[in-house]
Amino acid sequence: MSDVFDPKKPVDEHRAEHYVDPRPFNPETVEELSEEQERYYQASQWQIMWWKFKRHKLAVWSGVILILFYLCVPFAEVIAPYTPNTRDSQHLYAPPQPVHLFHEGEFVGPFVYGMKSEIDMTNLKWVFTPNYDDVQPIRFFCSGDPYEFWGLFDADFHLFCPAEGGSLFLLGTDRLGRDQLSGLIYGARLSLTVGLIGVAISIILGLFFGGLAGYFGGFVDSAIQRLIEIMRSLPELPLWMALSAALPVTWNPVWIYFGLTVILGLLDWPGLARAVRSKLLSLREEEYAKAAVLMGAKPKRVITRHLLPGFTSHIIASASLSIPSMILGETALSFLNLGLRRPSVSWGVLLNEAQNISVVTVYPWLMAPVIPIIIVVLAFNFLGDGLRDAADPYK
Amino acid sequence: MIYYMVRRILTMIPTLLVISFLIFLIIELPAGDYISNQIAALRTSGESASIAKLEFLRKEFALDRPFFERYLIWIGAWPGPNGFDGLLQGNWGWSFEFDKPVNEVVGPTLPLTIVLNFATILFVYIVSFPIGMYSATRQYSWGDYGFTFLGYLGLAVPNFLLGLILLYLFNRWFGLSVGGLMAPEYIDQPFSFDKLMSILAHLIVPTIVIGTSGTAAMIRRLRANLLDELHKQYVTTGRAKGLTERKLLTKYPLRMALNPFISDIGNLIPSLVSGSVIVSVVLNLPTVGPVLLSALQSQDQFLAGFILLFVAVLTLFGMLVSDILLAVLDPRIRLGGRAAS
Repeated sequence: MSDVFDPKKPVDEHRAEHYVDPRPFNPETVEELSEEQERYYQASQWQIMWWKFKRHKLAVWSGVILILFYLCVPFAEVIAPYTPNTRDSQHLYAPPQPVHLFHEGEFVGPFVYGMKSEIDMTNLKWVFTPNYDDVQPIRFFCSGDPYEFWGLFDADFHLFCPAEGGSLFLLGTDRLGRDQLSGLIYGARLSLTVGLIGVAISIILGLFFGGLAGYFGGFVDSAIQRLIEIMRSLPELPLWMALSAALPVTWNPVWIYFGLTVILGLLDWPGLARAVRSKLLSLREEEYAKAAVLMGAKPKRVITRHLLPGFTSHIIASASLSIPSMILGETALSFLNLGLRRPSVSWGVLLNEAQNISVVTVYPWLMAPVIPIIIVVLAFNFLGDGLRDAADPYK
Repeated sequence: MIYYMVRRILTMIPTLLVISFLIFLIIELPAGDYISNQIAALRTSGESASIAKLEFLRKEFALDRPFFERYLIWIGAWPGPNGFDGLLQGNWGWSFEFDKPVNEVVGPTLPLTIVLNFATILFVYIVSFPIGMYSATRQYSWGDYGFTFLGYLGLAVPNFLLGLILLYLFNRWFGLSVGGLMAPEYIDQPFSFDKLMSILAHLIVPTIVIGTSGTAAMIRRLRANLLDELHKQYVTTGRAKGLTERKLLTKYPLRMALNPFISDIGNLIPSLVSGSVIVSVVLNLPTVGPVLLSALQSQDQFLAGFILLFVAVLTLFGMLVSDILLAVLDPRIRLGGRAAS
């Protein structure tokens, strides 16, 4: 103002014309949020996580695939055409029967060709060749092998079954003529749940030890820290092997299964405990936690109301990343004959048949369980990555 | 430096004690022991002639003592039936199944186990370093996407299944047996150059199989670390001052990213050793893996215990080496240790 001041001019001419913008004015306009932003700032933590997660397309699709796989867990009996331990002595090591739609240029719907079997006396094995005159249409929503649904009532309803008197081995059969596909579907029941229960155990242990270390600090903290370090420096698989070899052989399959999940969870918690501890330590210093303490909240309330919600999302994400390693652990143990055994069926138990390489080269379809294992593990990895990114507030 | 190393080695002693105790606890978990199970089996079949001998053996191996005494005798800190005679005195125990001392059973397999694990670690380093660097410097290029995809696959395919698949494919396509330590014609042959070559050739597949998931993990980490560094301002400054890209990369960001790269290998070693155990079973390699499996199945406790301990010591040793490497690389660590104590 001072440099444009011209003393020769009268004061009035310096004054600008008074102007008022007729549009309505709100002094807080700079800080006003758009509707979008308002929604974001008022959303709960979980809603924000969900929005972020949705943007991670790969993770969402992995989640969908996993849900499909997990549908096999409650409905294995209905989905599988056979029961996993049904033996067909006419079809030992039968190859997979591909599904066809057209027979001699004519549409018949999905069907398989029957198989002719002859014995090969030089190699002492059955040789199966498709019999192109024998059209066996697949039946849908039909009654087939009887089973006990959820161990509650008898039923024989299947989503699809072989033609009357025919066979339907879409992935071939094993040494005793058991259907591989049905084995895979039933196997999902144990293979997929082993990780969930194992992770639950590992979360409980991790929360307990991590919480103890993070909350008490001092001697307890350093003792638990040392223990975690030692546990993490031990190779997991040999210990799993030793522990599962210690399960009594006289136990029934259900007990063996739970024993295995406990073993898998027992060695997995250190990583989680360490995460819980460091999160607790850093959250304890946050202002809102201090404020709660200053307002006279008891430790229990501080932990459950202020600290825990701060890292549940984080824990879920890191737990979902350790599920695949447990699934693989169970598979490896059963594959080595140290885990589950028939009549329990898991993917590792099925792979057990493929242990002998000379058998695998002749009957490659015995390796079929490899495919769902890889898909599930990949899907869990992507899902876990997506969850972790979504749970990270700084991204 | 020497001070740091000594301190680091001394801290291993309590760790080893805890580990040996855990392992002893685990191998003692199954009900009974090898000999008492045999006695029970003989009793049920009505035989009694050899029971007395077995009872004597139980005494001889101190299996009738209480748990803690057995543990101390095993590690050699308590007088057993033959005085102090345990791991500390160099007696690795007795294998009931083979009816031989443990060192005769596992002795021949130990060098190969060490060689295999060492080769795998080298493989992980050599392969993941250039790929991680490439992926970070050419982020979002086709090569980066390709390696990322391969990396995910490598992480997802469990190593023993990868071994199984490779075994099948090699057999199918080349009629080659990749299992075993050497080609069948060299077994029982005197040692020669060809035999050595055959052994080396057979080591390639297991090394790749065991190392894949570790390599994938390392690539991801190196890529992430290097990317973090590359986005920092000093890199922009350097570039603005006209440093060549190559010099810019190797002079600062790479050095910063190298630290976690070295220390992460320590975290990776347990899973590598785990992998070598099961892959050896699948590929039929004469390492400690198959011996451990059979020992566990027949409850051959001292044999299993020794192998578990050996595997654990191998991992600890690997971590020690990675820590020392880290200290050589980073003065903050070796000097920090002194300042703190």
